[in-house]
Amino acid sequence: MRFGVLQFPGSCDERDALHAAGLVGDADLIWHGDRDLHGADAIVVPGGFSYGDYLRAGAIARFSPAMEAVIEFARAGGLVLGICNGFQVLCEAHLLPGALLPNTNLRFTFRQVSLEVVNPDTPFTRACTPGQPLSIPAKHSWGRYHADEDTLASMESNGQAVLRYAAGENFNGSVRDIAGVCNEAGNVFGLMPHPEHAVDALTGGSTDGLAIFESMRRSVELASV
Amino acid sequence: MPDTAATANAPTVEDALALGLTREEYDLACRFQGGPPNQVELAMYSLLWSEHCAYKHSKKLLKTLPTEGPHVVMGPGENAGAVDVGGGLVCAFKVESHNHPSAVEPFQGAATGVGGILRDIFAIGARPIAVLDSLRFGEPAQGDDRGERFRGRVGQTKESGPGLGGGVEAGEEDPKRGDAARAYARARYLLDGAVRGIAHYGNSIGVPTVGGEVYFEEPYTHNCLVNAMALGLAPRERLIRSAAAGPGNVVVLFGASTGRDGIGGASVLASAELDAGGDDAKRPTVQVGDPFEESKLLECSLELLDRGLIVSLQDLGAAGLTSSAAEMASGGGVGIDLDVALVPLREPNMAPFEIMVSESQERMLCVVEPGRLDAVLALCAKWEIGGSAIGTVTDSGRIRVFDGSELVGDMPVAALVDECPLYDLSPARPSEPIYPAPVATLARDAPARETLLALLSSPNIASRRPLFEHYDAIVQSRTVRRPEETDAAVLAIGRGSDASPAGEEEAGPAGGVRARANADAADRDVVGGPVPALAVSIDCNGRRVAADPYNGTVEAVLECAANLACVGAEPLGTTNNLNFGNPEKPHIAWQLTESVRGLGDACRALGAPIVGGNVSLYNETPSGPIYPTPVIGMVGSLPDARHAGRLGFARPGDTIALVGPFAPSLDASELSKLWGCALPEGLPAIDVAAVRSAQFAVRGAVRVGGLSSAHDIAEGGLAIALTECCLASGLGADVRLDALAGAGGDGDGDLFRVLFGEGPGGFLVSGIATGVRALGRRTQVRVIGTVGGEGLRIAAGGVNLSATLSELADAHTSLRELFP
Repeated sequence: MRFGVLQFPGSCDERDALHAAGLVGDADLIWHGDRDLHGADAIVVPGGFSYGDYLRAGAIARFSPAMEAVIEFARAGGLVLGICNGFQVLCEAHLLPGALLPNTNLRFTFRQVSLEVVNPDTPFTRACTPGQPLSIPAKHSWGRYHADEDTLASMESNGQAVLRYAAGENFNGSVRDIAGVCNEAGNVFGLMPHPEHAVDALTGGSTDGLAIFESMRRSVELASV
Repeated sequence: MPDTAATANAPTVEDALALGLTREEYDLACRFQGGPPNQVELAMYSLLWSEHCAYKHSKKLLKTLPTEGPHVVMGPGENAGAVDVGGGLVCAFKVESHNHPSAVEPFQGAATGVGGILRDIFAIGARPIAVLDSLRFGEPAQGDDRGERFRGRVGQTKESGPGLGGGVEAGEEDPKRGDAARAYARARYLLDGAVRGIAHYGNSIGVPTVGGEVYFEEPYTHNCLVNAMALGLAPRERLIRSAAAGPGNVVVLFGASTGRDGIGGASVLASAELDAGGDDAKRPTVQVGDPFEESKLLECSLELLDRGLIVSLQDLGAAGLTSSAAEMASGGGVGIDLDVALVPLREPNMAPFEIMVSESQERMLCVVEPGRLDAVLALCAKWEIGGSAIGTVTDSGRIRVFDGSELVGDMPVAALVDECPLYDLSPARPSEPIYPAPVATLARDAPARETLLALLSSPNIASRRPLFEHYDAIVQSRTVRRPEETDAAVLAIGRGSDASPAGEEEAGPAGGVRARANADAADRDVVGGPVPALAVSIDCNGRRVAADPYNGTVEAVLECAANLACVGAEPLGTTNNLNFGNPEKPHIAWQLTESVRGLGDACRALGAPIVGGNVSLYNETPSGPIYPTPVIGMVGSLPDARHAGRLGFARPGDTIALVGPFAPSLDASELSKLWGCALPEGLPAIDVAAVRSAQFAVRGAVRVGGLSSAHDIAEGGLAIALTECCLASGLGADVRLDALAGAGGDGDGDLFRVLFGEGPGGFLVSGIATGVRALGRRTQVRVIGTVGGEGLRIAAGGVNLSATLSELADAHTSLRELFP
């Protein structure tokens, strides 16, 4: 099982993601200019400020050569996890529905947040139980998930609202407390909180984030059996 | 003296005065030049001979500081100092101020302050791993109408994003409120902008902001302080110095292009008093930061070093190319020829002197052997940053500036760097108080419980959470304790990525980076070996330094070491930023002299030498000087982060003890400020050896896991420390202080001294009774209570003070209203 972790100029959390992925499998960084995913079984689009994010979060990275390869990979059913800036990139690339807007407080905010697993039946949450609480740090200024009502209704009925903020934890103002969403096919998943920063009790405040990476490993291994 | 067009309209002595040189300094420059300096030369002399660059009022004092010790790898004089942290690694660290730019434009001022200190760290080859900040503002509100004033319009600045920087000062001007309301609005505007600026730069570049401090005092109203500290890690062999070497080698400027931002910053801004309210005209001299550019510059710089492509490296900070080139040449005893026509510009028609003094951010200078120039430029291209050969190293001992083929400036390096006149201070202890008494905000007869809640909600004690929530504290996955969990930040080191080249691991596909995270994880978590860590603290209580510059500074150093002790760390080295008023005034000279004496004595006593620092003088306005503020940053190490201490109580039933030679006094305390007391003339003498023993005892106990919690007693005294220990964990406490309160014997007065008095040397610890009492072998231990219950209950001298945790928490969160 091999993870590929994208690295854009301005990425911040790519080495943290590399570390987290490395706890359940092998992991390589993939340079933004590289159109080749080098046989990765799953892709992580990490957090940070790709290309400085001076236009709109994720709007430039979405056009990088590596992202072109990721879009093809996703369309072929490959697993793609977008964390924070990665979530924004995946929405900009239309691999995920909806968009991320500035937090309602218009400030960068860092907090450990409690999440609730709404749908444990996805390749990214299969190691979780329904309603399982996950304590994971979040840190962003553009994290307010938004989609129109029709899209939300269809997402909810398809189980695409995979994670929600627990009561009182939705500091960014996301619609319907949605913290993480997947695409209709279920192979692309994005979330604002940082599971890669919750894999080590010493530095992460919890190890709850491992469940996401572990789920991906299981999904890849099941698919290859 | 080049005979060129530039000399035809040579600047006059009046120009020199306007640039901040004195008449005598100008005459001296003329002697070195053999005639009046031309425009380029005068600009360069004025900057390098400014207080900011030449330390001309502080250099003699700084020479008295201890700078050597067993752990010191690089001392003062380089871009940053460095200490050995074991395992082949060194920690580079330094604190620097960006006070004047932040007072003019807080967002960009603070942002570029962070950018500048980060460049200092990677300029010596270290990868930045943490930022801390030390901030001072005027009062954000005061007294019984605090609520109303907190509803000010700080949020108005929220449109200010990168590059815009909120040009409008927030706060509705209600004419009835007058100056006080304007002062509060200004403090909130500066606070909001500075916090956003620090967050913008640190978060965007992926370096965690792990700690800091902020105080609100009236003397900082018009002259805020924004000091930023950074730490970096490097394999010892990657450290590099700035000295240029090898005549014939190429000088390469890389990073961002050069514009007109920051022109004259060093001399016009940093070396003269600010005029009250006249800041708008100075705004163009504040630099604008671009953390994305710096992120690429950082990676490129470290890769240049890892691949052995460069001879020396220097960042461009104050005075831009002028100071960087001069310092590199001076360090290597060589000369440098530069051609400003080869410098990539971001705006047209810049004069040679403008290019030489521009403070555009995110630029570095390196010296390269000619055969490696192509490889260096190719690496710049890989990281999508500019790279241009702009000059050569010579053996002339002169800085020569060309504009194409025309020589536009020619100066001896030694004159620029070494010959700036140094001035003796004329210190005199002031005969009259320098600072007016603060406005009283709490009645002296307020009962103990009301006093506790008032202190908890006062701006200097209230929770900093609304500030530090703006900062990413965890990126890089080494932050072992988060803000408010401990007195000092704790950062795990020695992981696979720290020691190897290119910051990481082996090559992956197509030359990329491959995780060996499995092996890394096995080292740390599965096998369960110790996790070595660094701890870092930054501190200074300017009010106490104002009351007693010597003892107040000693206290600041001891406080840093106490913070380290609480997490189990031993000091390795110290950095400092001396923020003072105008040193040409005898009373400020006295503050500075006494403070530096205290700094040296304390660092010697703790074995924590000074490895670098910065001086910021002229921090005063027509309304007076700031409190003398020698900000201390201290780095220590602990053998195993898994045993790093916490400040919050951990287990119901644990014994609570007051540890150390704590002799509280209300002099210069937070309570005395709320009461409106004038500063005392001096603080009690300190038994440094006894304080050190207490620190030794606490550190040792924490390291072996012998305590559940450890917290240094600081602002607000014992009662506030108890409250903080409760709030950090959500556990109450039952405390009896009768034995303490009886000692002074003057009833309520003594009760308040015991509850809220301040002084060095006190720790509040909890743990099993035997573990706590074991500290008594080395220091004083007074058992005062038990952890548990729904709130804090203190019985002392017949008074029973109690408050629920939610009442305490409500008071403690008062700063939340400043960040709507």
